[in-house]
Amino acid sequence: MMSILDIIKDTNITFEQRVLGLARAAENSLDVLKMTDYVKEYREAGIICDLFEGNAPYRPRYILPDYDKFIKEGCEFLNIAPPTDIWEATNNLLMFYKHVPSITTMPVYIGNIDYLLEKFVTDENEEESYRAIKLFLKHIDTTITDSFCHANIGPRETKAGMLILKAMRELELPTPNLTLKYSKETTDRLAIESINTALVTAKPSFAKDSMYREDFGGNEYGIVSCYNGLEVGGGAHTLVRVRLGRLAKKAINKSDFMERVLPELAHEMLGYIDERIRFILEESVFFKVNFLVAEGFIEKEKFTGLFGMVGLAECVNHLMELEGNSGRFGNNDLANKLGEEIVKALTKILKDHKCKYFDREEKKHLLHSQVGIETDAGESPGCRIPIGEEPEIFEHIVQASPFHKYFASGIGDIYSFDETYKKNPQAILDIINGGFNMGLRFFSMYGNDCDVVRVTGYLVKKSEMEKLDQGKVVLRDTTILGKGARDNGRVLERKLRKK
Amino acid sequence: MRRAKINKIIKFSNVDGPGNRMSIFFQGCNYNCLYCHNPETINRCNSCGACVDSCPAGALCIVDSKVCWDKKLCVECDLCTEICMRNSSPKTMDYSMEELLEEIKKVSGFIRGITVSGGEATLNYKFITELFKEVKKMGLTTFVDTNGSLDLREDIYSEFIRATDKFMVDMKVWDEKAHIDLTNIDNLIVKKNIEFLGVLGKLYEVRTVIVPEFLDNLETVSEVSRLIGGINSKNQSGEDIIYKLIKYRQVGVRKEILDEKLLEISSPRDEMMEELSKLARSNGVEKVIII
Repeated sequence: MMSILDIIKDTNITFEQRVLGLARAAENSLDVLKMTDYVKEYREAGIICDLFEGNAPYRPRYILPDYDKFIKEGCEFLNIAPPTDIWEATNNLLMFYKHVPSITTMPVYIGNIDYLLEKFVTDENEEESYRAIKLFLKHIDTTITDSFCHANIGPRETKAGMLILKAMRELELPTPNLTLKYSKETTDRLAIESINTALVTAKPSFAKDSMYREDFGGNEYGIVSCYNGLEVGGGAHTLVRVRLGRLAKKAINKSDFMERVLPELAHEMLGYIDERIRFILEESVFFKVNFLVAEGFIEKEKFTGLFGMVGLAECVNHLMELEGNSGRFGNNDLANKLGEEIVKALTKILKDHKCKYFDREEKKHLLHSQVGIETDAGESPGCRIPIGEEPEIFEHIVQASPFHKYFASGIGDIYSFDETYKKNPQAILDIINGGFNMGLRFFSMYGNDCDVVRVTGYLVKKSEMEKLDQGKVVLRDTTILGKGARDNGRVLERKLRKK
Repeated sequence: MRRAKINKIIKFSNVDGPGNRMSIFFQGCNYNCLYCHNPETINRCNSCGACVDSCPAGALCIVDSKVCWDKKLCVECDLCTEICMRNSSPKTMDYSMEELLEEIKKVSGFIRGITVSGGEATLNYKFITELFKEVKKMGLTTFVDTNGSLDLREDIYSEFIRATDKFMVDMKVWDEKAHIDLTNIDNLIVKKNIEFLGVLGKLYEVRTVIVPEFLDNLETVSEVSRLIGGINSKNQSGEDIIYKLIKYRQVGVRKEILDEKLLEISSPRDEMMEELSKLARSNGVEKVIII
């Protein structure tokens, strides 16, 4: 961790990044969370990792306000009345966004923006609406300076949605990230327009709407941050993750891992997740005083905790070696099965775990296939196949699909396509449909020739990373993370999808 | 039981018809184009064995005086096809109808159809007719990528044409002599086929490789687009025929048969492709695609 003076003197960060760094340093000077010796030791060893969430969580990690309610009713605390036209609607949202905290201090979810804006877009004011939407998006990119900020569109085609896609293609900005909720209701036109946009600016991703709806019991959900699925009006208090690759080294063989190492880790980590939630709910005052809660934009009952995991591939490969098998995760049936066995075991443990801060018995922490952070050298994201070892796209999808059902709060692979697909976006839609029918819940893509690319879940500009390489200050903190992922995780060396 | 020699199967292809398709490349071609980009598909392997020692992975061997290829050991370095003196490949696969259908079934959820190509696929038209009948039962579309050299107007091909949804026909060069120089065969039948299939509503696209300085690209594009434009204007189905202009690329061409001047040919510049595309449009082709 950098010292306070280092933060003040760092020439590579903006003013906002400096303030944030200082706040983090202040928080981390405290030691208020109760931790078992196991958690302390495993945290120290980097096996349990809370993603620099801080030592004294004073707000939930991910917050998904009910923006629909805000558009309909306005906000008393901010003295904002419901909007009457597209300018007021976009402006109101922009004002509101600045007051939605998260782990990054900036909103990770800004709503189903097409539905929010649709009633203000008509055939008559389409040109004006387009201008408003473009300014709206540009404003978000410049002021919410990290691309964990995520918007949703769909599943229905709307005028606003089509304008949003058009504007994103034209702007080529990394923020906000975008996901299309894709269902039977989605028109081919919207889907193709989305693919055309993704091949230019690496978004939107496609989320299989029916699968999320089922997992969230029919409640409204949003895709936030990288690709976390969470309930609207709620969110996630915290995300703690395990590095499975490193954890596997603690086992003497496969059965030792399955029977002793993994369950022990899971129970300890769940305890730590609960402890973080305890602090947020009992000691910090967020849920007692924040206007989002007071006015009903969020309810604490709709929050959950996220149990994240990375490095399944490395974990499986190590266990395979211990058993004298040479098969590798992603390219070997036995290894893939072992991977699924591990995820299944975790699912069961999470299901059996009761968190006393949840009001309903059936409410559980959610499993999250986490994509890793910039310092994760040698640990592949979530359940992904190590970069460079990916099989052909068809085999890749067949391999990945069994894992998606376990991760209501997010899992995804990124497929990079060469420029020939711009001439035939239907081909990608066929692949997405095939993947969703096979069990995938989330599909991200980008064109390999583009400036905006998807790193592990969020978006960055290659040109901005180059600026950073030259020691220049860049606006978005995600660029810094992206550069780390590029350098340590080889994320730009993903296999290209061409024949 | 019918069998066929297959050079390659591409599970997902985005350049062989609408949407995502499985492309099946049959071995064997009746042309021998100077600029052929995959010459290893032209002839059948005669098991001369010249390639066996070239394989760094030990994937080739001779069993019962036949060259055998072990797909699992193969590292796809293509040294064997480079060394082959016969424009063939030891890596062809012998498929029965059932085996091939099994391969298609695996990916059927991800594709909207299959495209047969080559080599020259139509040389296997009987096999393909049967294959297509089965493939249609899976709800998939059936496309044929052909050099258009067989006279498809003949009765023996009628069942094959019925089983085929759309054809994609190469029109390499318009001038007859130039066509013979390039392929060894004249192009009268190709022109007839384009018209015949076009009027029938079975022509999906016509393809021309643009090779600067070597072929009269201007004449070819001009004449072909006029031909397509004429058919389009009569077309009632509303589906216009695509004219695909393909940039010549050096990848895969046989350096040894091109003389020095030809070796210097580089890919056409974007401006040239755009001009040709404009010309085609002005001759009545709505859909011109440059790749």
